[in-house]
Amino acid sequence: MDLLLLLPVLLPFAGGIVLLILKNHQKSQLYGNAVVSLFSLIVAVGLFSAIYDKGIYSVQLGGWEAPFGITFVADLLGSVMVLITAIIGFTTSIYSLASVDDERVKYGYYPLIQFLLMGINGAFLTGDIFNLYVWFEVMLISSFVLLSLGGTREQLEGAIKYVTLNLLSSAFFLAAIGIIYGLAGTLNMADLAVKFSAIENEGMVTVVAMLLFIAFGIKSAVFPLFFWLPASYHTPPAAVSAIFAGLLTKVGVYALFRVFTLLFTSNTEYTHTILLFVAGFTMLSGVLGAAAQNDFRRILSFHIISQIGYMIMGLALYSPLAIAGGIFYIIHHIIVKTNLFFISGYVNKIKGSYELKKVGGLYKVYPWLGFLFLIPAMSLAGIPPLSGFWAKFTVAKAGLELESFMIVGVSLLVGLLTLFSMTKIWNEAFWTDSPKDAPEDVKPGVFTKISMLTPVIILVVITITIGLYAEPFFNFSVRAADQLLNSGEYINTVLGGGS
Amino acid sequence: MYSVILKTATKYLTPLMLLFAFFLLLRGHNEPGGGFVGGLVAAAAYALMVISYGVKTARKELKYAPLSFIILGLSIALISGIPALLVSETYFTGLWTEMKFPVIGKLGTPLIFDIGVFFLVIGITTKIIFTLAEEDQE
Repeated sequence: MDLLLLLPVLLPFAGGIVLLILKNHQKSQLYGNAVVSLFSLIVAVGLFSAIYDKGIYSVQLGGWEAPFGITFVADLLGSVMVLITAIIGFTTSIYSLASVDDERVKYGYYPLIQFLLMGINGAFLTGDIFNLYVWFEVMLISSFVLLSLGGTREQLEGAIKYVTLNLLSSAFFLAAIGIIYGLAGTLNMADLAVKFSAIENEGMVTVVAMLLFIAFGIKSAVFPLFFWLPASYHTPPAAVSAIFAGLLTKVGVYALFRVFTLLFTSNTEYTHTILLFVAGFTMLSGVLGAAAQNDFRRILSFHIISQIGYMIMGLALYSPLAIAGGIFYIIHHIIVKTNLFFISGYVNKIKGSYELKKVGGLYKVYPWLGFLFLIPAMSLAGIPPLSGFWAKFTVAKAGLELESFMIVGVSLLVGLLTLFSMTKIWNEAFWTDSPKDAPEDVKPGVFTKISMLTPVIILVVITITIGLYAEPFFNFSVRAADQLLNSGEYINTVLGGGS
Repeated sequence: MYSVILKTATKYLTPLMLLFAFFLLLRGHNEPGGGFVGGLVAAAAYALMVISYGVKTARKELKYAPLSFIILGLSIALISGIPALLVSETYFTGLWTEMKFPVIGKLGTPLIFDIGVFFLVIGITTKIIFTLAEEDQE
């Protein structure tokens, strides 16, 4: 059991090393990566089912008792995030087989993907706020390289913005950690939760909360700190932007969920009101930004931002139902958004462009591709009975219960505008005729088809399952939210010395 | 840079620096030092070589590509946690022998981890230095 909790981190690490050793054997790298990802998936399923049955579990790495040791802890939220990460990691590695060029593979694309996954899993499982910072860095450094690998002008331009803002956010994060250590004398999150409730200097705690909010806010791309995201996510190959779009911002959101339910709960009227305002503006600015775009992936990038708003809204409303809605939203969103990026990459493969103006008539030639696009797109917009509907419904219902009509109004309006954006892509790319001067379609070979469409189909099936069979997912989210709000079990598990 | 003084000094300094790096590495788990500083000092020796003799010579003196050092370092660090698993302790728990050695002090698995860090730091630093120096020459 101890090892099971560590494997989501150790396995990608070991896998990354092996793939580095195989640097000069491209073929074995391709399949090696897929095999490692498959093992990660199996481990993640094992971990999730163990946590689901037995409750929170923690391990002190190196054998030193908390709060002095290196704490790893998995609760329902953490383990479900690891599971989704493994699903996305696995589908991305299949998708990469045919879509990533040899040049990138030669310069270490696959080891970097594994190190990226290691950082993400570490962030979800750590129980120590300084280690959270370290895992963020592991993840960011890998993502810097993945983003700029290939070195086209466009990519470097995006990478500079991405790197600069994310380093700034790391600086804020580190400053906040320094102040936390000065205030409480500990960095273990469970220990902090105990110590923070006894601190008299409440103003300082709020300052730290806001510093961390800025740090995580930049990473999760909330209003007004999101500019790096639409500037960079449309530049790398589709496989990379898919894994970024699905997972990276959500690590920031996860961190927000963690600290604002565990640590900063004494002054919720102040902190969570700010969160609520930010959530509203994030939703609006994201969706309005998307309306002005004409590039497949840029539209999707702006929609990441507006969707982040819904998750933050769930957190900000801070009732059990709202948090559950937020968690449900994260689960649904990662699956759907990654899928849309996968599809955009496939469209690019056929048409040779992401520009909607240069793409058209896909429905006539590839009707099934239209269907595969329509499911996640409609789910993103929140059309029943797909997964996005239940996610939006839960968050909105929680808002109505708390009589925050304003934010519910905003969220419904944003849902409508999302539908507008999705129909725009549908119209331009699938419905209208192909522009006259467009180059011949590239007919993908069988291998390309299998490699790029299997992940799409897997994720579509998951989306439909969450939609039609929502109850277990919903019940799970309620349980996970309950664990977050009643942090006693978490604290006891960590400080109780192991199990 | 063509400087006889620097070239001659480098000849004497590099072995000393490498020896000192090794010394730092071995005492790191007991006293100030450790894999990280040790690795930096060792890499500094190669940086000195780059400045006085050029990248080609430095690469030849390092014998293996920097990436191999990175891989070696990462693998050793990963493996250093495994002995603890064999005696059913948590991963990375430090295991120590009872014997004492001069300079090194007690031996244990943390030293293995330190060796991993040592090679990793050498690999990364020389990789950066070599790449930058080659860019400069072009």
